[in-house]
Amino acid sequence: MDRELRILLLSGVGFAALAAPAPAPAQADAGAGPATPQVVEPRVRRREVNPPGLDTENFEAGLFVGTISIEDFGASVSYGGRFAYHFTEDVFAEATLGTAKAGRTSYEDLSGSAELLTDSERQFTHYDLAIGWNALPGEVFLGSGRAMPSAVYFTLGAGSTRFAGDDHFTVALGAGLRVLATDWVAAHLYVRDLAFESDLLGKNKLTHNLQVTFGVTAFF
Amino acid sequence: MIRRLLTTVLLLWSLHPAALLAASGGGRVVVEDPYIEFRSGPGRGFPVFHVVDRGEAVVLLRRRTDWIKVRGNDGTEGWVNRGQLERTLTPDGEPVTLPGASPESRTAHRWEAGLMTGDFDGANMVAAQAAWVVTPKLHVRADVSHLLGDYSNGWLAAAGIAHVFMPHRRISPLVGIGGGVLHIEPKATLVMPEDRTDTAAYAGIGLRGYLTTRFLLQAEYRQFVVFTSRDDNEEIDAWTVSFAYYF
Repeated sequence: MDRELRILLLSGVGFAALAAPAPAPAQADAGAGPATPQVVEPRVRRREVNPPGLDTENFEAGLFVGTISIEDFGASVSYGGRFAYHFTEDVFAEATLGTAKAGRTSYEDLSGSAELLTDSERQFTHYDLAIGWNALPGEVFLGSGRAMPSAVYFTLGAGSTRFAGDDHFTVALGAGLRVLATDWVAAHLYVRDLAFESDLLGKNKLTHNLQVTFGVTAFF
Repeated sequence: MIRRLLTTVLLLWSLHPAALLAASGGGRVVVEDPYIEFRSGPGRGFPVFHVVDRGEAVVLLRRRTDWIKVRGNDGTEGWVNRGQLERTLTPDGEPVTLPGASPESRTAHRWEAGLMTGDFDGANMVAAQAAWVVTPKLHVRADVSHLLGDYSNGWLAAAGIAHVFMPHRRISPLVGIGGGVLHIEPKATLVMPEDRTDTAAYAGIGLRGYLTTRFLLQAEYRQFVVFTSRDDNEEIDAWTVSFAYYF
């Protein structure tokens, strides 16, 4: 009885091996080769579920303050906010909004009385949407006990600047250094050129407005 | 201005589900690969400083792009690539799957979002756009553009549908139709400086190509017909190029 059962089972296994040709060679290879376990991957589309409570932090938001040199109008304090989404470890998209109050041109100072712009027209407000590339990732060392991830990044964006009573199409080129002080707080040193065409002083010219800012952002 | 910015940031933060989960920490998984590598930062270039062997448990702490910060049994914390963590098991023995791009997502994704720039009848465009991928060939799209020209400024909001002919190919043509609202503010130096808001419709033809497994570049020509309140409708040519990411 016992023997019959064993024969029945063995012949069942044999038929199963013949009937299922696909996995059989894999099993045969596994037996012949060195003792590496062969795992048959099931062709089932897995549900994409984040493990509970795993906090995905691809958004970055923060504030910056610094200085901007508005062409012909001297340097002013510049401040604003930035918002970024990190697609991959290399590429991110960024939206920046900033403002500054332009000073006076040398002409206005020398002539004494003539004002080129009203007070509200001196408000220099800009926004842009940019693509960024973390070109030089690395680490910053503080003493011997602390290493913080960092990246030198480059950005290219397009936006608008409202200045002297007009909106100007603006191309923003930037380079920055991001240092992660903790896992979710980053410090930025960011240098940008906000370039736009202006005919404010009589003839049309491309103005370059260089901005150097220090910013703090949080990942969330 | 600052107060408005702060309010926006706080509002966005409170809306994000991660804010609710931030304090709770992640799940525990058991390593299934021979070992997983801990890196000192969230990127492929950071050095490997620690490994955890098969059978040991690690706790998932936070995720940034394709990197997950984990804590080992001995308290060591490091960043592990998504690919390695997908070969781990939950305590119940279930395989762990973390959402993210794969080669199949070229035809299986649901959303696209991107930045767009271009020329709208001589004016420069700065735009953000999004698309809902109903089927790989049928997309529902919307975009908002800021128009900056020599004689007038304005904005354009448009929505429509697009047909992508060969979504599985690296480069595919597309056609689209849609409608929207166009607002124009002529500059004060002109003779007729009143603002106008008109409805508009467009037909477009374009090309899209996948740059990597996550990014695509799209170029499109759209012809707009603006239904003005004057006797004649206005026809406007728009050329755009956009850089988009798909989810």
